[in-house]
Amino acid sequence: MSSVKDWAAPNPVTENRSGIIGKGVERYEGKLKVTGTAAYAYEVEPPSAPAYGYLLAATIAKGRITAIDISAAEASPGVKLVWTHLNVPKQARRGERINPRSQRPANPALAGDRVEFFGQPVAFVAADTWENARAAANLIRVSYAAEPAVLDFRASLDLAEMPDGEEDVLIGDFEGAYARAPAQIDETYFSPLQNHVQMEPCATTAWWEGDKVTVHTSIQMVKGGQHALAETLAIPSEKVHLLTRYIGGGFGGKGQAYDDLTLAALGARALGQPVKLTYTRQQMFQATIHRPAVSMRVRLGAEPDGRLNAFAVEAVTHCARSASFVEHAANFSRNLYAAPNRLTGHRLVKMDIPHAGPMRAPGEASGMLSLECAMDELAEKLGIDPIELRLRNEPDVDPETGKPFSIRQLTECLNTGAQRFGWSRRNPKPGQVRDGRWLVGMGMAAAIRGNFLLPAKAGVRIDGTGVITLRQGMTDIGTGTYTILAQITAETMGVTMDEVKVELGDSEFPPAPGSGGQFGAATAGSAAFEANMNLRRALAELAIGDPNSPLYGGDPTYVTFGNGNIAIENRSESLATLVSRAAPDGVYVEGAISPAADARDYSQHTYGGHFAEVGVDTVTGEVRMRRMFGVFAAGRILNAKTAKSQVTGGMIWGVGTALTEGNVVDNRYGSFINQDMAGYLVPSHADIVDLDAIFLEEADDKANPMGIKGVGELGICGAGAAVANAIYNACGVRLRDFPMTPDKVLEGLMAKGL
Amino acid sequence: MKTTITVNGQARSLDLDTRTSLLDALREHLNLKGSKKGCDHGQCGACTVLVNGVRINSCLSLAVMHDGDEVTTIEGIGGEENLHPMQQAFLEQDAFQCGYCTPGQICSAVGMLKEAAENWPSQASEDLTGAIALTDAEIRERMSGNICRCSAYPQIIAAIRDVAGEVA
Repeated sequence: MSSVKDWAAPNPVTENRSGIIGKGVERYEGKLKVTGTAAYAYEVEPPSAPAYGYLLAATIAKGRITAIDISAAEASPGVKLVWTHLNVPKQARRGERINPRSQRPANPALAGDRVEFFGQPVAFVAADTWENARAAANLIRVSYAAEPAVLDFRASLDLAEMPDGEEDVLIGDFEGAYARAPAQIDETYFSPLQNHVQMEPCATTAWWEGDKVTVHTSIQMVKGGQHALAETLAIPSEKVHLLTRYIGGGFGGKGQAYDDLTLAALGARALGQPVKLTYTRQQMFQATIHRPAVSMRVRLGAEPDGRLNAFAVEAVTHCARSASFVEHAANFSRNLYAAPNRLTGHRLVKMDIPHAGPMRAPGEASGMLSLECAMDELAEKLGIDPIELRLRNEPDVDPETGKPFSIRQLTECLNTGAQRFGWSRRNPKPGQVRDGRWLVGMGMAAAIRGNFLLPAKAGVRIDGTGVITLRQGMTDIGTGTYTILAQITAETMGVTMDEVKVELGDSEFPPAPGSGGQFGAATAGSAAFEANMNLRRALAELAIGDPNSPLYGGDPTYVTFGNGNIAIENRSESLATLVSRAAPDGVYVEGAISPAADARDYSQHTYGGHFAEVGVDTVTGEVRMRRMFGVFAAGRILNAKTAKSQVTGGMIWGVGTALTEGNVVDNRYGSFINQDMAGYLVPSHADIVDLDAIFLEEADDKANPMGIKGVGELGICGAGAAVANAIYNACGVRLRDFPMTPDKVLEGLMAKGL
Repeated sequence: MKTTITVNGQARSLDLDTRTSLLDALREHLNLKGSKKGCDHGQCGACTVLVNGVRINSCLSLAVMHDGDEVTTIEGIGGEENLHPMQQAFLEQDAFQCGYCTPGQICSAVGMLKEAAENWPSQASEDLTGAIALTDAEIRERMSGNICRCSAYPQIIAAIRDVAGEVA
């Protein structure tokens, strides 16, 4: 087990001699993406002409399929097969595992006559063309016996129970301290179901060679997908070759395998022909996961000077009846503000709607909407500036565990942001700034998101031409993984980016956990760094042991790398010369990273401050963003461009959260009323005006050897609360029900007589 | 149904199912997979191509309606060795992340600049009949049919601005 002490010494990345680390280099795969030549899962060329699949989805929330008539579909032109639960090939039972070390259990498709949610796939058609498959699928007649279902979350809060294996975290005497507090806030905030709306729907192209299947699929976790399919088909893991080179957005929604993977593989085996299968946009909404709604009660008990004495965040959320997913919306608050008396916990309602699951910053994204608005309410109640209120509650050590922070620059984020944004121009009294028919206001919120390091491996090869190829079973879902791995490799090996290749998304490469939880860069990057350090050692040994090398007989501790050369002081040769002479087949090594045992001795997070200015239309209740600025502290930044794109993208998700996004469940059928991109409104170009972000200088030597941390989720954390607080400052309407659509804002304006 | 479409300057004769969208004809019959299917309902813009110089959502149009038309896809805008200035600007500004909406954004941006140059008004235009000043508000309004869930919007506007130049 490694120790954070092992990471303290300078290394090629932290020394950054050639300056590649941190530089905003263009995306490694950028040219392929801007020319449309990056092949996503549905676009990969199979070895022979494919059949096209199409899924049919259930139209009840809960019940049983009583009859299913596929005769018309089977007789439809071009149809090659029609499967339902009655004739789908045998698969392993749900939850079964046969392979040792398998990360995921079997997840069979069309597994029975039970329907557990509206949109559950109930039939599969393969045909010669997509048009024929779709037409045939719509000829299938399914009869159901529907059963009573729990569909309305807000009406089902009294069904909430303690999640399995959890308990509330109670520190001190919350109830007593709260009751005695001179200033109290007790409000409940609601965050709705949200959908990932990745631009690329889930899709798989599959074919078999003998008893081995090749699947190109759109998934964030390579091993998870490989193992899930192997278990479902009850075959050894090594008989599944899973590839996922380019992924059209993930955001947590592609962290698991869906039925496209299983049915494409099964279909290809049955037909002896490649099969392509994609979800439709509508199927993406209901047949994949969503972020669950959360009802959050926040109680704050403060002294007149703003210091919190009692603080509670209690979240009620939901998941599918057969599942156990908990949106941990209160967890972030355990590390954010000082208060001696604390209560946090979660309750869960089991429901009969589609599956809840992780979506960008699970926990924080919805959770911070509650506390960060409540802090704004407390600030107003006490007549204290919202930034000052947060500074007065800044803890010296982790407020729950008492552990030291690895590094915490929340104060710096807030102060820098205030200065850059012009916070001093904010009028603390709401409704005072008019611009024609618009009322204008400013709001802010803090951001916090945990930082994680998981076990990972990477392999690196140098060939006789000096080209260095990094290989890893990692994914790039748009986060910039290809690019930062190339930068780490180039800097560590002392070569230019042109001499580095990065190959990802292949189950036969050294495994990494994939993209999720903003752990990707630190985890995959650290493994890549270790692999490159091992390559340096291997090349140093090669050179000093080779009588034909100018480094022959030298001391390996003095070997340096730079400008494409390996050197000891003024004795040097190029890497290409060394390898082509001494190891003409190239040199391949692997490296691995694992979490340091003593990293747990520190409270380790990324931080930020959001600042928003909005206009509220006093006639229509419409809210328009005017400006938004974010300041973030997230360790050493590997790439100024891609890291900034991550946080500004996250901030824009916060704008969508505040103003437009939310799935509405039809409480009669359990379907989502808005199940496409015309009904579920993500931000568009016109919604985003003058939005920018900066990073503070930081290196976190408790995080990993490079001192880097995740940035993919930090940007959304708290962002929606800053917008909501700006709405209040603009017009004096305090909404606690996200998203803040014109109908809600207008109702508030009318109630105020505006 | 037999249809001949000129795609990226080359006449292509196809025998198509009348239900095949222009997008699916490009992707599944002509192996031009740069145009993306994000929603198949004209809601996301990932399938944007130029038909006779004008941008459309190719998923909302049946291929057989385009007999004799000239279609330009992202592959015809520019390749790796001969990037169009808009593609170069997208690279430099980091105007994409996952890349799935990117071909549509680029085709849309190229078409949009031509529309603005020809003084087609938009909802953001001050004057419906006069010359269009290509402000950022004009660009944002005209690009709003192209969704980017990664939300590279500020970077996309910066890239288009690089190509379009400053407002006169």
